[in-house]
Amino acid sequence: MSRFLEYLLIAGYIAVLLVVSHWIGQQAYSWMPPEATAEAQKVDSLFSFLTSIGAFIILGLVGMMVYSVLFFRAPKNDYSEGHPSRGDIKLEFLWTAAPTLLVLWLAFQGFNIYQQLNILGLQQVVHLHTPLEEPVYAASSDDKPKGAAETIDVFVKQWDWSFRYPNNFTSNELHLPVNRRTRLNMHAKDVLHSFYVPEFRLQQYIVPGRDIDLVVTPTRTGQYKLKDALFSGTYFALMDADVHIESLEQYNQWLSQTQHQPTTIKNQAVAEYTQPPKTFFKSGWYTVAPEQRAIANERKVMNDT
Amino acid sequence: MTHDSSENITEDREPQNESENNWRRYFSFSTDHKVIGVQYMVTTFIFFLIGGLLAMLIRAELITPQSNVLDRPLYNGLFTLHGTIMIFLWIIPFNAGISNYLVPLMLGARDMAFPLLNAISFWILPPSGILLISSFLLPNGTAQSGWWSYPPISLQIPPGQPINGEFIWIVSIVLIGISSIMGAVNFVTTIFWMRAPGMTFFRMPVFVWSVLSAQLLQLINLPSLTGALILLLFDLSFGTQFFKPLENGDPIIYQHLFWFYSHPAVYIMALPAFGIFAEVLPAFSRNPLFGYRSLAVASLGIAVVSIFVWVHHMFTSATPSWMRILFMFTSMLVAVPTGVKAFGWTATVWKSKLHLETPMLFAMGGAAMFLLGGVTGVMLAAVPFDIHVHNTYFVVGHFHYIVFNTITMAIFAAIYYWFPKITGRMYAEGWGKVHFWLTFIGANLTFFPMLPLGLQGMVRRISSYDPRYQGWNVIASLGGFLLGVSILPFIANMIGSLLYGQRAVNNPWHATGLEWQTTSPPPRDNFEEIPVVKRPPYDYGDPKYSVIEPSDYHQGEK
Repeated sequence: MSRFLEYLLIAGYIAVLLVVSHWIGQQAYSWMPPEATAEAQKVDSLFSFLTSIGAFIILGLVGMMVYSVLFFRAPKNDYSEGHPSRGDIKLEFLWTAAPTLLVLWLAFQGFNIYQQLNILGLQQVVHLHTPLEEPVYAASSDDKPKGAAETIDVFVKQWDWSFRYPNNFTSNELHLPVNRRTRLNMHAKDVLHSFYVPEFRLQQYIVPGRDIDLVVTPTRTGQYKLKDALFSGTYFALMDADVHIESLEQYNQWLSQTQHQPTTIKNQAVAEYTQPPKTFFKSGWYTVAPEQRAIANERKVMNDT
Repeated sequence: MTHDSSENITEDREPQNESENNWRRYFSFSTDHKVIGVQYMVTTFIFFLIGGLLAMLIRAELITPQSNVLDRPLYNGLFTLHGTIMIFLWIIPFNAGISNYLVPLMLGARDMAFPLLNAISFWILPPSGILLISSFLLPNGTAQSGWWSYPPISLQIPPGQPINGEFIWIVSIVLIGISSIMGAVNFVTTIFWMRAPGMTFFRMPVFVWSVLSAQLLQLINLPSLTGALILLLFDLSFGTQFFKPLENGDPIIYQHLFWFYSHPAVYIMALPAFGIFAEVLPAFSRNPLFGYRSLAVASLGIAVVSIFVWVHHMFTSATPSWMRILFMFTSMLVAVPTGVKAFGWTATVWKSKLHLETPMLFAMGGAAMFLLGGVTGVMLAAVPFDIHVHNTYFVVGHFHYIVFNTITMAIFAAIYYWFPKITGRMYAEGWGKVHFWLTFIGANLTFFPMLPLGLQGMVRRISSYDPRYQGWNVIASLGGFLLGVSILPFIANMIGSLLYGQRAVNNPWHATGLEWQTTSPPPRDNFEEIPVVKRPPYDYGDPKYSVIEPSDYHQGEK
């Protein structure tokens, strides 16, 4: 009878865990920044799913440990055996097979979502500048440009982003029309950088000597920050650029208006190189100098890469 | 096949008439595996303190959004050296030290297979570490390109300065790697050939299985890192172009070679920690280790699978889709053998008789926090999610849940658990518990906030950040300072107990391993007589280990 009661309690505990971990999985959406692209929604649903399963495992095992600490304490100086069980083949088989199936399920979920992202344009197309053959170990063999309504060139260097629009207009701000597939052709000048807007849920390394493209479909108007996610040297923390997602009319309006009113944007790295902040510890160690020219909004073909 | 070939090695060792309490031998070129073990552990602990100090400086900078404590090159140098020291001069060599001390004892051997090589492996370490840290004294300071040292950024050095921080960094890591390879050869040989009569593979403690798996990984994977670093050194100093992207080199190849070692390195660090859990949990719950054989085999399973996971660090490095998907599957597969381990630990503790002494607290705390580290690891293996949080604090949080909250907690469990064996003295239990609670609270305060920060998009390795991230950063910094403070009761306890602690009996925990059957501390040749092993490990049902024997205490008093 007591054994039956024990199984009943365990079943009840599992049921509660299922409800609680599902709830935690739903909360996971709110832990992320707003979703600003079509890709973001898919990534978030995968994260919510992973969180539910993770919460179930963590709460299940930690619950058992805490219960043990509370109720299975030995009296002082009692060094007799706890229980004689050395193992249980059925149980061990179960807890090997179950995670294997679970992991396969998780991986297939990841695979499905990855396929959907790929269709949206995540799959990288890599063009090499160098006459080398495209290495199979690290580059996509699919070399066809992906369909997109707009194409913007992204140039990155230590420590500055700039963007060239289809009409050859270059700016320090990334403007994207909402609900249109936009291809970003990305070029790095000196070291590795990584294109990352948290609200987009996308990240892509940019490798000097390779042009890598990425298609994004912004779905939410607003202002965001583009960051360099891969450490790029002394002024890495200052590698930000503003990203504006706006309606097509506003986008076109911005393109035509700013062309006529070039504005100079202060490059933070240059500013700090000339006037370093007053820090408590000063090492004065060597740094690569950022290029002095602060890039303005201007109509100019850049020859960075 | 088990046999004892240790008789052959007794001839060319130092004289036996040394006093066991002669502290000078710890500063000598001793070939005794126990002395070498202690030398490793004490030396690496000093590096741990230095690495921890650097971490607190980093956290001091991050308490406010602006850059106001450290100038940027210094900050970059600090996180580079923090990561390098903690991995290459703390966890990996500490594990070599504790394994050095325990493996021959656990196998019933008199020493390691190659005692002289063992001493050489250790003595490479202190000069390499001092060399690395001395780079702070160079006019342009230490390496500043992170512990990954990705080119081309690692190749940007002060012009006209052939000896620079990066150069020193590469030389030190290559030297430490040589030391590790020598150690690995020694461990694998010892475990295969030095087992006492009757010590079959399935009578070896799981700790020995874990060390075997970890050291096999060192042998297989470490040459890849050494090769990569030598090519990097050529690029840096001799004008070659292996990794220079604008001169037909390929920086992505470096990433492959680097992670081919440096991902398995996480398991080289974690496997001995899992082994420690497998020793401590049964002893303090008075149970045989539940599912011993599956846990033993899972150690090898982790080693095998982990060779095939390195690309998950490169999901965003212009890696083609087929590779992303393939390595998503293999990376997630690591969860199966590690899951087997976690289930085994929980089942061992379940319905047992728990004794919550300090080693048990650290082991249970470490095992519980490993779950969060493991689950976030599976998340990171999922390509679409990784593409969002790659290079953010989510990864930093996950990684520290593994390397600090699991592995370093396990190391503390090991120090407390084997302290009586190593020193012949008991530590102060009350101070041990204070240390545990400060560490447990401090560790969670420091590393948990990193997970939400990463989800919100805070990038790692930045020295100033958007003010909206400040809340969690303040908590993490305060937690970091608490972690710094938490080490003080530990140091006081260790030194105080070593000098004034109560004399330890041979087997204070009534544990079953062979190491507990010799005196505390063990004699030069470990055992009066080589034991013959007739039983499975973790024989906690045996009344021999269940009854307090007053004679045992008496034996310890002499």
